[in-house]
Amino acid sequence: MTAAAARSTAHSIVEASPRTKAFAGGLVILYAVITILPLLWIVATAFKSQSDAIAYPPKVIFEPTLEGYVNLFTVRTRQTPDFIAKLPPPETWYDQLVRKRDMVIAGPSKVVPRFVNSLIIGFGSTFLAVFLGTLAAYAFSRFRIPLADDLLFFILSTRMMPPVAVAIPIYLMYRQLNLTDTRLGMILLYTAVNVSLAVWLLKGFIDEIPREYEEAALVDGYTRLQALRKVVLPQAVTGIAATAIFCLIFSWNEYAFAVLLTSGEAQTMPPFIPFIIGEGGQDWPAVAAATTLFVVPIVMFTVLLRKHLLRGITFGAVRK
Amino acid sequence: MAQIRIENLRKSFDQFTAVEGSTFTIDDGTFFAMLGPSGCGKTTTLRMIAGLELPTEGKILLDGEDVTFHRAAARDIAFVFQLFALYPHMNVGENIGFPLKCQGMARREIRERVQETARMLRIEHLLSSKTSKLSGGDRQRVALGRAMVRRPKAFLMDEPLGALDAEFRHLMCGELRDLHDRVKATTVYVTHDQLEAMSMADQIAVMNKGRVEQIGTPQEVYDRPASMFVADFIGSPSMNFLRFEGGLRSGDRAVSFHDTRLAVPEIREDRASAPLALGVRPEHIRFADAGAVRGEVFGAEYLGTTQIVTVDTAYGRVAARLPSSASVRIGETIGLEFNAARLALFDVGSGLAIRTASEEGPRHG
Repeated sequence: MTAAAARSTAHSIVEASPRTKAFAGGLVILYAVITILPLLWIVATAFKSQSDAIAYPPKVIFEPTLEGYVNLFTVRTRQTPDFIAKLPPPETWYDQLVRKRDMVIAGPSKVVPRFVNSLIIGFGSTFLAVFLGTLAAYAFSRFRIPLADDLLFFILSTRMMPPVAVAIPIYLMYRQLNLTDTRLGMILLYTAVNVSLAVWLLKGFIDEIPREYEEAALVDGYTRLQALRKVVLPQAVTGIAATAIFCLIFSWNEYAFAVLLTSGEAQTMPPFIPFIIGEGGQDWPAVAAATTLFVVPIVMFTVLLRKHLLRGITFGAVRK
Repeated sequence: MAQIRIENLRKSFDQFTAVEGSTFTIDDGTFFAMLGPSGCGKTTTLRMIAGLELPTEGKILLDGEDVTFHRAAARDIAFVFQLFALYPHMNVGENIGFPLKCQGMARREIRERVQETARMLRIEHLLSSKTSKLSGGDRQRVALGRAMVRRPKAFLMDEPLGALDAEFRHLMCGELRDLHDRVKATTVYVTHDQLEAMSMADQIAVMNKGRVEQIGTPQEVYDRPASMFVADFIGSPSMNFLRFEGGLRSGDRAVSFHDTRLAVPEIREDRASAPLALGVRPEHIRFADAGAVRGEVFGAEYLGTTQIVTVDTAYGRVAARLPSSASVRIGETIGLEFNAARLALFDVGSGLAIRTASEEGPRHG
């Protein structure tokens, strides 16, 4: 097919009427409110006192406090008022805040190492999955691979059941290999789950890039790998960004395996957050503070890549 | 600049054989066109010469050096693709300079060479534009620039004008030929368009089903087709075939065509009786009342200086090219007379031409 003919098959776009636009806009706003409201509630709860957080009816207007964040980052012990009175005056604002509740700070909580675990495991597995996925997708897209269709189907089939279905065999295997509760173990696991998604998504994107680009580069003096890096990848950036976000969202939010396979050293945020216990039960402001903190990196990552993402999600999905 | 030699080149994909044992030589500085219908193996042959595809069997020699299994980059040839393959993330100048960058040339030298190439192609004013903003013709010039800038041993072009509209294609044909005359580089040009091949090439290889049917100058291929396929493929409208049965004797100057004798160029081989075809180009037919073959005018297509008149005869429909001044009435019965010196004879069984005085030694692929 000639380029001109290929272009002419694009759909013509009919401008929507103002009423349709208003209706569509209204729907989008409604949907945004529904999805953003819980998030806003969480952010607000993080600034409430414990009693405000569980007040009924729920308080929309309240006196903000940083107690939730202080409780999230510290471990505290309850003391008698007499003991506290005998202590030297508080050095910092958070010491003061805690002492008002008849408590003293005993040390930092585990939240920072858990958060670091999440970052390392989330981004590490995303990088690996996208890296391996790109190479595999390129090979599937460009080379004559025996049984390519069967292999691709096999790769996809690993996602046909919920990954947790194989949790127990994986647990046993990991125990045997001493991979339980290690960052490496979690990175490998999330990479394995994500790589199938990455291969399929990226193959679609790479298929859209005309082969002639690399062939021109090959004739002009590049090796296959150089051509991939300098010619194919710059054009696949959109797809790579979209794939990376999908992979990161999965490994960042993954809960079931994290509960099962991590308990200490390598524990990530999702299993950590629900177990933030305060006095006499769940410390909801601290949980909300942790959740807020947890959402920030993924929002930042998505915002950074949003230019690619918008095009990426629609591009490649539709075959011309 | 280089001579390209192809020896018994064969390529099969699984069950399907794309190219079957062709052998030919492309001389240094030749504009060599490979012409054939789609799927005839011309592009596969070109890609094997480029090193983008490895042959199943056979050899490719570049200036006598066996490069059959060399990497594409090691062959010092340039390839121009049908859809240009300009890198969208680079501007025109970067695109043209890319092959030099691959070779690690100094930036200043690259700039000079790019300038020089752009001047030759008259696209200097476009060097800093985005490739997506260019017209089809300019894209083609940039693609040519990218091929030329390296001063390669040979240019390989895969239907480089296929994506342009008809008017522009004609203009680019002229430019390409002009460029070839200035650069004098060996050029292998793949096309399915006989007009492109005829107007530009020094030599044409007509391919069919993975085989080279004939190699020759445009005149040879047109005037003395080596097979019925070539005769049919080249020329518009194509050659008329009038079937008959008969034997041939070397030295005969006429054949028994059904009930009459038709004068033909002197036959140079003996044949036992077999199904034969008389090949007549439309422009070698005249209307004459005394004509041996008679038929009824079916239609006329007016083309300005000439007209194509189709006539239904007892031996099939025949197209004749007549001056447009000739008056023709549809339904009228007329006689056809052939220009005896320009007739061709074919063996229908093998499809090959029978040697006659007019076609001394056609080269079978």
